[in-house]
Amino acid sequence: MITAFFNQMPVLVVVVPLLAAPLCVLAHRAFAAWLIYCLASWLAFAMAFLLFVEAKIAGEVSYAVGNWAPPFGIELVIDTYSALVLLLVTGVAAVTGPYARKSIASEIAIEREYLVFALMLLCLAGLIGITVTGDAFNLFVFLEISSLSSYALIAMGPKRRALLSSFQYLIMGTVGGTFLLIGIGLIFMMTGTLNMADLADRLPEVYATRTVQAGLAFIVVGLSLKAALMPAHIWLPNAYTYAPSAISAFIAATATKVAVYALFRFVFTVFGVGYAFGTLPLGIVLLALAAVSMIAGSLASIFQTDVKRLLAWSSVAQMGYIVAGFALATPAGVSAGLVHLLNHGLIKGALFMAVGAMVWRVRASSINDLAGLGRAMPLTSAAFVIGGLSLIGVPATAGFISKWALMSALFDAQHYGVMALLLVASLLSIIYVGRVIEALYFRPLPDDVSHHKHGEAPLGMQVATWTLIAVNIVIGVHATPELEAAARAAASLVGGAP
Amino acid sequence: MREHTVLRIVSQLVIAPMLLYALYVQFHGEYSPGGGFQAGVILATAIILYGLIFGVEAAREAVPPTLLRVGAAGGLLIYGGTGVATILLGGNFLDYDRLFDHGGQHYGLIIIELGVGITVASVMIAIFYVFAGRGRQDDPDSDEDHGSADDYDADDVS
Amino acid sequence: MNQFLTETLPGLFNYWIVIGLMMIGFYTVIAHDNLVKKLIGLTVFQSAVFILYISMGFIHGSTAPIIIDGDPVYAHPLPQVLILTAIVVGVSTTALGLALIVRINEAYGSIEEDDVLAADMATSEGEEAREEARSEQAEAAEGHAATGADDGAEAHESRPA
Repeated sequence: MITAFFNQMPVLVVVVPLLAAPLCVLAHRAFAAWLIYCLASWLAFAMAFLLFVEAKIAGEVSYAVGNWAPPFGIELVIDTYSALVLLLVTGVAAVTGPYARKSIASEIAIEREYLVFALMLLCLAGLIGITVTGDAFNLFVFLEISSLSSYALIAMGPKRRALLSSFQYLIMGTVGGTFLLIGIGLIFMMTGTLNMADLADRLPEVYATRTVQAGLAFIVVGLSLKAALMPAHIWLPNAYTYAPSAISAFIAATATKVAVYALFRFVFTVFGVGYAFGTLPLGIVLLALAAVSMIAGSLASIFQTDVKRLLAWSSVAQMGYIVAGFALATPAGVSAGLVHLLNHGLIKGALFMAVGAMVWRVRASSINDLAGLGRAMPLTSAAFVIGGLSLIGVPATAGFISKWALMSALFDAQHYGVMALLLVASLLSIIYVGRVIEALYFRPLPDDVSHHKHGEAPLGMQVATWTLIAVNIVIGVHATPELEAAARAAASLVGGAP
Repeated sequence: MREHTVLRIVSQLVIAPMLLYALYVQFHGEYSPGGGFQAGVILATAIILYGLIFGVEAAREAVPPTLLRVGAAGGLLIYGGTGVATILLGGNFLDYDRLFDHGGQHYGLIIIELGVGITVASVMIAIFYVFAGRGRQDDPDSDEDHGSADDYDADDVS
Repeated sequence: MNQFLTETLPGLFNYWIVIGLMMIGFYTVIAHDNLVKKLIGLTVFQSAVFILYISMGFIHGSTAPIIIDGDPVYAHPLPQVLILTAIVVGVSTTALGLALIVRINEAYGSIEEDDVLAADMATSEGEEAREEARSEQAEAAEGHAATGADDGAEAHESRPA
């Protein structure tokens, strides 16, 4: 029985949240739905951890859905690359559980709460599905499942602006998804297969055709839209700002990261480094976009008056860091990009959770509304400060580890210009994080406000925020396991010694 | 609409065959063109036609929204439950051969198509109710209900 | 040129249709303000991709992929199945988009993107002005140079105006 469970884990990690979602709908009670969400996400996290260990030992875990041997049936493949992203997604989902109870209750009518949890489970199932699948079309379907549920989740935000933000996200996300579909169709047309490993075998024969080149272009553009890389980032600030706080934390930490995962899964595993970065100039294009993202995102972030929007713009900048690492296509660069992908997920999750706790208290999210909260909510504010330091990249935090890795990878690849821009963007991040900290600690609490009735944030929100902060510090102090795993993943993607 | 005799009589004649045809498409789906998605849509069309001619209230009485909520969730559970059953019987997810000694692929497909059909029909009718009922009564629950329900059919057919 | 007219143009006519539909849909998404029209454009755009898939699996003179007696040439069934899934995704997207439009109409009283944005802009300008005033107030309250009372400058030191 135990071995059977282990063998079935690759599919169960998707199926558990997927089937928990209709259970939430059937349960129809907010508390029951929340309980189901927590159990399902914790179970998924436990399985993700076991899969990570299994992938570390075996190198690659493969599973044939319906017992149809790949490449004919749908294959699920988990290697270290996907296992790391899987850990991030399920981990953030697991800590969102305790957080969401009070946060969702304060922002969404009680009779709709069960739907929020059902949608979060569907979104989680989609995101997990993207990471575990080894089938190109299956990836599209899972991507659309997660996107559709996140559109609906964002539309549930308390302000009416959530609606238009969600609609804009829907338009851009669907265009992105359709581009991906076109790209997959074009490479399917040339090879007759959808299995990623099989595609990788067959594509070299037809590398020279324009169809495959167009296919790569469509896939890169489509997934860049989903990942909010610079020219296609328009949907992101509004979506993160107006979504309910718990949803902002969950989606900010996972959705764009998984899109980046999918992008480089296609580029490295399916098309191959030599083709995308040697024959075609994808590396320089992505590096340029990443550099623009870093600077423009950071600059925009400085001028925001709303803390959630400030963090969202900073996410645009951080996506630039991540893509810059991957775009080097060297083992060190890919490993650094992957580490920053994970760390930034943890940092942004923690920061959005801390801000969500403040929003829970003052019912507003402009920087001025947070004035003086350093004294009224010392724990939450401290969490924000540590998260902010990690975002800047101060030593002994996760942000330092990944930025250091990025800097050294850029240095080795002799991209000194991008390196300088990365430093400038980091300096800019001191300004925007500093603005929030200044408001928290160096301004008096306004005396006319009625929010004194709330104290610190509820226990569940505290626990969730501090769990992510603790992970940040642990990685900052002892990053070896993460760096080793990322190096293994990079080696399997672009070759070279781990 | 009550005064449109022709519409009423014709739709009365048409709705029953539509339901039957939906069942035919549903259960003949693994031999001939058809299957759960198409059958679910045909079934939903019959109910929607009923709602258009006799009013949404009458349709709501015939097919209550609670039933749709249970149907949308239950269909997905049938689909996933089949997969879980194959795992419990020692196979891989959706390995239909484990379900029956003989013809497992056929019966397994029929079962999951049934799940798909139920979900699709429920979701389609739910969407109709939500849009048709909008503005007449304030029903804050319904909108998101369908937003979430949508996503079920997306994963079902996959 | 002759070859283009006699072979390339009619031989690839399905791709011309696909490209035409795709551009029509994409243009509608970009150019129109009306949210429903945007959604229609999106649907056309998606339909173009459906045709791309279906036509690539078709063999001239083939039958539907159903088991019948004999040994017929049949169309590739896989693209059809894939597109069934993609159609479902498309339907879900359209339904969700329409639901959002209904809600937007209820919240703003308009489904023109410009009007909605203008309504948002009006509120956000007010909000921003308020926030700016609050920021200035907060700075003033901290007793920095803005008040001019005690910023560490000696009385005779000149201060920029």
